Amino acid sequence: MRMTRASTEKSRSQQVIERRDFQLLLDALMAKGYRLIGPRARDGALVYDEIAAVADLPVGLTDEQERGTYRLKAGDPERLFGCGLGPHSWKKYLYPPELRLWQAQRQNGNMTIVPEPHAPERLALIGMRACEIQALAVLDKVLLGGAYVDRAYQAQREQVLVVAVNCGRAGKTCFCASMNSGPRASTGFDLALTEVLERDRHYFVVESGSKVGADVLSAVPTSPALEADLQKANAIIEQTAGQMGRSLDTHRLQEMLYASTESPVWDEVAARCLTCGNCTLVCPTCFCTTVEDYTDLTGETGSRVRRWDSCFTMDFSYIVGGHVRASARARYRQWMMHKLATWKDQFGTSGCVGCGRCITWCPVGIDITEEAQTIRAQNEAKQDTGTRRKKTS
Amino acid sequence: MQRKSRPKLAIWKFASCDGCQLSLLDCEDALLAVADAVEIAYFPEATRTVVKGPYDLSLVEGSITTQHDAERIHRVRRASKVLVTIGACATAGGIQALRNFKDVKTLTSLVYATPKYIETLSKSTPIADHVFVDFELRGCPINKAQLVEVIIAYLDGRKPNTPHYSVCMECKRRGTPCVMVAAGTPCLGPVTQAGCGALCPAYQRGCYGCFGPSESPNTRAISEQWKAMGKTPQELVQVFRTFNAYADAFRKESDVHEG
Repeated sequence: MRMTRASTEKSRSQQVIERRDFQLLLDALMAKGYRLIGPRARDGALVYDEIAAVADLPVGLTDEQERGTYRLKAGDPERLFGCGLGPHSWKKYLYPPELRLWQAQRQNGNMTIVPEPHAPERLALIGMRACEIQALAVLDKVLLGGAYVDRAYQAQREQVLVVAVNCGRAGKTCFCASMNSGPRASTGFDLALTEVLERDRHYFVVESGSKVGADVLSAVPTSPALEADLQKANAIIEQTAGQMGRSLDTHRLQEMLYASTESPVWDEVAARCLTCGNCTLVCPTCFCTTVEDYTDLTGETGSRVRRWDSCFTMDFSYIVGGHVRASARARYRQWMMHKLATWKDQFGTSGCVGCGRCITWCPVGIDITEEAQTIRAQNEAKQDTGTRRKKTS
Repeated sequence: MQRKSRPKLAIWKFASCDGCQLSLLDCEDALLAVADAVEIAYFPEATRTVVKGPYDLSLVEGSITTQHDAERIHRVRRASKVLVTIGACATAGGIQALRNFKDVKTLTSLVYATPKYIETLSKSTPIADHVFVDFELRGCPINKAQLVEVIIAYLDGRKPNTPHYSVCMECKRRGTPCVMVAAGTPCLGPVTQAGCGALCPAYQRGCYGCFGPSESPNTRAISEQWKAMGKTPQELVQVFRTFNAYADAFRKESDVHEG
């Protein structure tokens, strides 16, 4: 998908693909030279990996999520996209966990830098949810929006086609509705599907969001979506919006967090926090990396490697004299403050899209929405006392 | 070969199973390059040929369990410019440090037919308890790629890339779904130092803690979670008392549950 794209009324027209023709959509994408990446069930969870056929999708599966727990289980036997989010996010394809940046070669006493060829592939990302599209938009801002562009990300980003899926069910750790990032994919996709599964019919309402998307769709048997189809699709998304397992009240949240830098909340979280880094690595917008330099046994070749890092590691804040954030308290505060408050100052958007991964995949089930609520309650209590004092004086 | 010198490497064994020094022989393709880059001067496991010391780089495997070894390690230190300890025995006392939680005389009488022949210290202790150690490489056994990295880093006078954060970092980078969350399998990964490449979780097993405590291990929080998963205090004692039983964080946590 290109960075900017004018969506015309025509390309926004909605079509219907019958379930029996769904493979043809995948075939059409492959025929256009795209490698397909989509959801698959592996090791007891939904992961993103290469797919080629409908059978590769988690057909008939759904999931149950709560803080610190995730289970795949049987759902509607026919449903293709009945599973919500797993631990993977799409950033692994655009911003890989490990990337060699360059090598250096010693030749005749001189050192030559050998640039790393970034050879992006055409990737069709199948099944991207609205919150994940928002997460990509956030990453775009971070990695492409400033003076220094991440060229590897940029190259791959330009080769990505997004096939979104509107959520037909919200999980117990989902809160995209309160972050205004879902459950409906409204922008940033080439195609957006809504799966409609009825007793005697199984089909997808498809909206194309780009010329490329419309081109792909023209190679697949479709029929124009009828008013009834659109209403059903809408009703599904509306229902999902009402099912959110969590919510995050963002009203004045930034301000409240800034007023809570010394709150006892952080000590209380620190008692439970493992500082393992899981929340940051499952987060679809966390972008921090570390850079490591290597040399080899011959002394002839060196290389520089970039790896996903986390603000929960000690080395992340290591400077001369020691670690800036040695305590778990400081590290959790840094992460949550950045996600919900300083990110806005830095990039003009929230760093949180409400996907709930950090809640589900925290091994001890720390819940960012709950911590935010505690901070809110403390702030409000403080204000109440303040007002009371004023009144009595 | 651009490096000017070819430093002398010595490999020393104390109380251990030899697995860590075998990691060097197990380097396969890299082994010849290692032998090119350093002079393997003292390595009884591999060759009877001994080049006299002093040595530029000593790799020390094993823990101190006898009075004899407690004295020998000082001679090794004196003969070594840089001393690197390798493996859980050398860095934490090893599995044999389980004796540290019991009375050693009772143990020798249970294990040996003629306990009076046994001369041993009451505790198995890491090398750093006895002499100054320049660098500690963790693991039971160590990861051979990390060993080679430590040797290269020594050759180039740089810090080795051997992180102290949790196993979770490696798990997530390789895309393994968390076994604690997705399967309810107790895992020590969140409090264990990375380095193995998150091997066990990749095969749907919980981490056993082979690389010892991570840089900021919240062992209490992981214990609480394990309890919620049905582990008894006795089981928690056993979980923390394995290869790194005498590493500070694991020892203290196991003591808590012994009650």
